[in-house]
Amino acid sequence: MSTLTAELAPKPSKPWAAAPLDRAKTAGIFFAAAAISYLVVLSTPMKGKLAYIAVFFIAYIVIDFVSTFIKLGRPGAVDAVFRAVVTMAVAIAVTPIVSILITVWLRGHKGLHIGLFTTDMRSTAYTDPISQGGLLHAIIGTFLLVFFAMIISVPIGILTAIYLTEIRGKFTRPISFLVQAMSGVPSIVAGLFIYAAILLPFTKKLNGIEGSLALAILMIPTVARMSEEVLRLIPGDLREAGVALGGTQWRSVAMVVVPAARSGLITAVILGIARVAGETAPLLLLTGGSGSKNFNMFKDSMGSLPNYIWQCFATGTPESITRAWAGILVLLVIVVVLFVAARTLGSRKVGKK
Amino acid sequence: MSIESGASQGDDMEVTAQAGSLSAITSGREVKEPGNRALGVGLEARGVHAWFGEKHVLSGVSLDFWPGTVTALIGPSGCGKSTFIRTLNRMHEFIPGAAMAGEVLLNGEDIYAPGIDVTKIRLKVGMVFQKPNPFPSMTIAENVLAGLKLAQLKTENKDDLLEECLERAGLWSEVKDRLNTHGGALSGGQQQRLCIARSLAVRPQVLLMDEPCSALDPGSTLRIEETISHLTSSVTIIIVTHNMQQAARVSDYTAFFLSDGGPGQMVEVGSTNEIFSRPKDKRTENYVTGRFG
Repeated sequence: MSTLTAELAPKPSKPWAAAPLDRAKTAGIFFAAAAISYLVVLSTPMKGKLAYIAVFFIAYIVIDFVSTFIKLGRPGAVDAVFRAVVTMAVAIAVTPIVSILITVWLRGHKGLHIGLFTTDMRSTAYTDPISQGGLLHAIIGTFLLVFFAMIISVPIGILTAIYLTEIRGKFTRPISFLVQAMSGVPSIVAGLFIYAAILLPFTKKLNGIEGSLALAILMIPTVARMSEEVLRLIPGDLREAGVALGGTQWRSVAMVVVPAARSGLITAVILGIARVAGETAPLLLLTGGSGSKNFNMFKDSMGSLPNYIWQCFATGTPESITRAWAGILVLLVIVVVLFVAARTLGSRKVGKK
Repeated sequence: MSIESGASQGDDMEVTAQAGSLSAITSGREVKEPGNRALGVGLEARGVHAWFGEKHVLSGVSLDFWPGTVTALIGPSGCGKSTFIRTLNRMHEFIPGAAMAGEVLLNGEDIYAPGIDVTKIRLKVGMVFQKPNPFPSMTIAENVLAGLKLAQLKTENKDDLLEECLERAGLWSEVKDRLNTHGGALSGGQQQRLCIARSLAVRPQVLLMDEPCSALDPGSTLRIEETISHLTSSVTIIIVTHNMQQAARVSDYTAFFLSDGGPGQMVEVGSTNEIFSRPKDKRTENYVTGRFG
């Protein structure tokens, strides 16, 4: 009985999936295009990797179009070309990122050792071997600078977004426009602004908080714009429901709208952090660099990873350049860790058991 | 209509008595002018007009809602029914460019009077929306009690209130074991009953329902209708519906709205029985018999 049912029961299948023949065809087109690009580059004056890639793309699309055209006619062929173009666009978009990651790893991992995270550069020169000295001061500095920039910019950014989406006053449009324009402000301009507005008239010295202020200026538009987009996605029904239950607008926003947008708002903050974590120009101008640990945001210049990387490259010896790549690797890892942490934090539902 | 007779005859004596007194008011309604002496009980709309920007969408609606009754507002789309009920708890003003004229009296007090606390009005006149909209960041229990937090009300025993509201909304037995899970996991009909329970928790005097069943399947619709009939002893209900059978099943009174291209108007109001069996106006008759709309 059971064997009978087992025989009769159909196996789950996916008749729409690509058959081996289709895959062979795709592979065939791929290799044909590769061969053509090799031959074309060999027989014409074109040179270099770029020529291979360009000819390969064109050849692939042409072969794909013709072969599909024979089988399915024009609509099918256009569809195939569309798919090929989209795939290539993705490949082109992803290539530089992958390339950067690989390069940073290949050049940076040689400089990695545990001492990087336990020592600073107080008594080490950039030209000393990589085994001496470390990044601790720069990591601490970067964390402090970004943390204070976050404390300043996140409330301002999110409240701006709330103004733009919830209060919708007379100034919504100009402010929205201004925020968009501000996200294009070059970082050096933000740095010079703080330099002229705070450093020159008041403090007259480099310190951490001035760097954080400049970073906050860069962070606010990113946080505000992202938050605005996220808050706009919250259905108007929820706002009305909050108000219809006898809440004031403020309580309805704080209890219903913001919690509903929580994960999106966290993403907005993270994108803001990612925007400024690697900023160098304002820090060179306002915070300076230092080889020793500085925990005081309001006194003395402060080391940071971007500053360390810049100094190491500027020094230019093989040892210092190894240091720079190690610094880049650490900075990259910090940003990635922040991203992952924020995504997991943001996607977790509140109070879920 | 045969569907309807069972529903209205099943009502107890008290409601019938109220119905009698309201039909007297209903018959005199046509001559009633805005500014007449307030009845002082229930909810009364006097010559309500509404605009969106330059567009006049609702013209001169006067309608009284006696405590403990269910009134259905029927009519084709775009005739101003939803706009009308949104003027009854001051939700109309949330739409940019909205304007209104006329009076809405709650227990004899104009809810549009200057200096009135609008949040208090919305506490007394609750609302259930077309699409179920439980708060996504809250659990089932938190959703039901959300109104208390939003309006900063105190209650001695939250657990009792929670159970009472879910019981009245007909949802308690289905969710009592998962009060601390998220409302989003419920079915559409359960979500809508959760929203009803949420509205009840702040003890409204009137509950406005804007097509509460239009996004639900027939089974869930039936449950909501049962819920409505259980609520009438304590809450005045005003329900907008496109479903005429629903209006016939649940309501004591029916008002027919229509727009002839201009602003929407109330064509006729009467006991549900009257509207569905012998409407006075030809247009009402055409609509309820399905000749248009």
